[in-house]
Amino acid sequence: MNMKELYSEAQAISSPQLRDDIVQQLYSRSRELCDVGVSYTKTKADTRTEKLDAIFTSKIWGFPIMLTMLGVVFYLTIAGANIPSSMLAEFFGWLENYITSAFQFLHAPDWLHGILVLGLYRGSTWVISVMLPPMAIFFPTFALLENYGYLPRVAFNMDRLFKFVGAHGKQSLTMAMGFGCNAAAVMSSRIIESPRERMLAILTNNFVPCNGRWGTLIVLASLFMAASFTGGFKSLVTTGVIVGIVLFGIVVTFFVSWALSKTLLKGVPTHYTLELPPYRRPKFFDTVIRSSLTKSWTVLVRAVKVAAPAAILTWVFANIHIGDTSILLHAVGFLDPFGKMLGLDGYIMLAFILGLPANEIVLPILLMGYLSTGSLTEVDSLVDLKQIFLDHGWTWVTALNVMLFSLLHYPCGTTLVNIYKETKSKKWTFLAFLIPTVLAILVPFIVYQTAKLFGWV
Amino acid sequence: MVKSNKISLFQGKKGNLIKISSISLEGVMRRRLLDLGFVPGAIVEVIKKSPLGDPIAFRVSQTTIALRKEESMKIEGELVNHD
Amino acid sequence: MINSYRIALAGNPNTGKSTLFNALTGLRQHTGNWAGKTVSLAEGTVKHKDKTYQIIDLPGTYSLFSNSVDEEVARNYIVFEKPDVTLVVLDATSLERNLNLALQVLEMTRNVIVCINLIDEAEKKGININERILTRKLGVPVVKISARNKIGFPMLLDTIDRLVSGTIECNPVQTTYSEEIEEKITTIESKIRSLVGNSISSRWLALRLLDGDEALLNEFNRRLVLNDQVRREA
Repeated sequence: MNMKELYSEAQAISSPQLRDDIVQQLYSRSRELCDVGVSYTKTKADTRTEKLDAIFTSKIWGFPIMLTMLGVVFYLTIAGANIPSSMLAEFFGWLENYITSAFQFLHAPDWLHGILVLGLYRGSTWVISVMLPPMAIFFPTFALLENYGYLPRVAFNMDRLFKFVGAHGKQSLTMAMGFGCNAAAVMSSRIIESPRERMLAILTNNFVPCNGRWGTLIVLASLFMAASFTGGFKSLVTTGVIVGIVLFGIVVTFFVSWALSKTLLKGVPTHYTLELPPYRRPKFFDTVIRSSLTKSWTVLVRAVKVAAPAAILTWVFANIHIGDTSILLHAVGFLDPFGKMLGLDGYIMLAFILGLPANEIVLPILLMGYLSTGSLTEVDSLVDLKQIFLDHGWTWVTALNVMLFSLLHYPCGTTLVNIYKETKSKKWTFLAFLIPTVLAILVPFIVYQTAKLFGWV
Repeated sequence: MVKSNKISLFQGKKGNLIKISSISLEGVMRRRLLDLGFVPGAIVEVIKKSPLGDPIAFRVSQTTIALRKEESMKIEGELVNHD
Repeated sequence: MINSYRIALAGNPNTGKSTLFNALTGLRQHTGNWAGKTVSLAEGTVKHKDKTYQIIDLPGTYSLFSNSVDEEVARNYIVFEKPDVTLVVLDATSLERNLNLALQVLEMTRNVIVCINLIDEAEKKGININERILTRKLGVPVVKISARNKIGFPMLLDTIDRLVSGTIECNPVQTTYSEEIEEKITTIESKIRSLVGNSISSRWLALRLLDGDEALLNEFNRRLVLNDQVRREA
């Protein structure tokens, strides 16, 4: 007799009531144990959680508080990351002089210096100085909210909206995680137990911009949208634009979730429960240290690992010539007509294609391409940066469309791998690639053609 | 006259205590509810509605669990007096 | 490694299980894959006296009846990977629901320590837990701790130490079900013993088969095939 036969035999004598009886029995034993093993001295109930919930999940205050929190987290991240970012960039620039001197001292050939310093070093240090500060602020802040117990309240408040499009309220949490890293968020979608809603959360997660895309969004928003403002107000306008982009991403998430649950994911059963744990003051220091060390560090290491080879590759492409044009420019020329249709250009298209391994390298690759040196020229200030874009015919519509493309396009390589691991399906992984790609082409196309029609560009 | 005070969890008002008598749900959702302590005989307190009216949070076996209308409508019980 | 033991952490979500894991292992952590499945669990080590403990943080679950991926992962680890000790972390402020999970673990494996966390918060709320009564009623050690404020750690580590060195023994008190169910368990249980021997609790397995746990059946067959392969290759 094997296990399968035994299983059939067990099923034959079992009853559908069995699970109910088992759990009921377990619970009544739990209750008995509590009756004998637990005593209560205070009669006054602890109402702190209830009082806080009366505010955080209030009809009037629930949503405004949530939006404010979102705004505050972004503002802290954007404004707080500014100074450390430029300090890091300066430091790496200063260090580079010494490395270059060392190369000269050793009479290293130019190509070696090109690959290692202009390609590898500049590429990876760019990623570090652009990514590290915002991550070191975002992940700990997020972890504090999580440990405090606020995030489940977001899921509680938002569920009605998610239900409307056939999704689960907890999707708001995987989305929030996506702001840090879509790849991590896809893994975290396990908190949604019902398979259909989980699939929705996985397929739409990349419509929230991850940390790797923030760099792009922040730079472009502050260069092109908040250009006429200065000081703290500039950060505020930048934040406003980013929040706008994020909200658009959320609208797209809802739309795609709705469309999928009406079509491909129709009728698969669904279930919903959500625990609201008591609020607990997090250990501030522990939480900050741990989340910086685990989340920020691992995401950064991954980004650098991906950025380094991509930077080398770009340098090589830009410096190997076929005929009298570099490989890079051949590719740009090929992609240009298509890019132009979307109000973008060949450089931008190529940067996004080469950026498939990790979103954070899109902007560096784009700059390398524009400067045609295959390396990142020292960009001394954002003004210089803007000049480079303007020299290549950028308008505010170009900037907007790059932001939209970045927001909507296919998930990065790591995320796609994780989607495959979680869904174990080639079909769904392909759809996770296809749906965003179609949207990323469609939306900028419409924006650009509309802008042209009204004569804005 | 026997006064019937059977109501679904969904119909409960804030602060109501309801002793569960039946759960008309099947499959994973039923099993999940059982795991969380929504078992026949358990006493559930209605805590509060979410800002948009659904889901509703309930107090069950010393924890707070939110359920959607679709499910809370299918869990029935008797209203228990506070005293 | 001699003097090295595996400790699995099980528990409901939001019980401070991860806080305990972090407090015990500090930064000596990594993510490990196990048993050929693409499931990664956080692992860390802690040294106490002359022993090294490898702590495995299982996913937080409400039950272990394999209703979800996480529950299967946790269940499979406890049953098939056979950690030296399974530490069930309970939230002192919602003991009733948390005990439900502990009772399920007691059916699955022998070496269990029940670890009641958030004890300081509970005391603030006027909840007093008598761990001696619970120890007697459950047949396994019950320890009160606060992972957040590192209260009760020496006691917890000593209990683990005494359990793995055989100074104390666990005799988990099984939950008795209705007569009807118990009869069915007995019918199946004897046949299970002849099939799997004592490697897995036959009472638990009987319950799972009666409950119609197909995921478990598949897991069994998968592991059987794997074992055959290993044997053939060896």
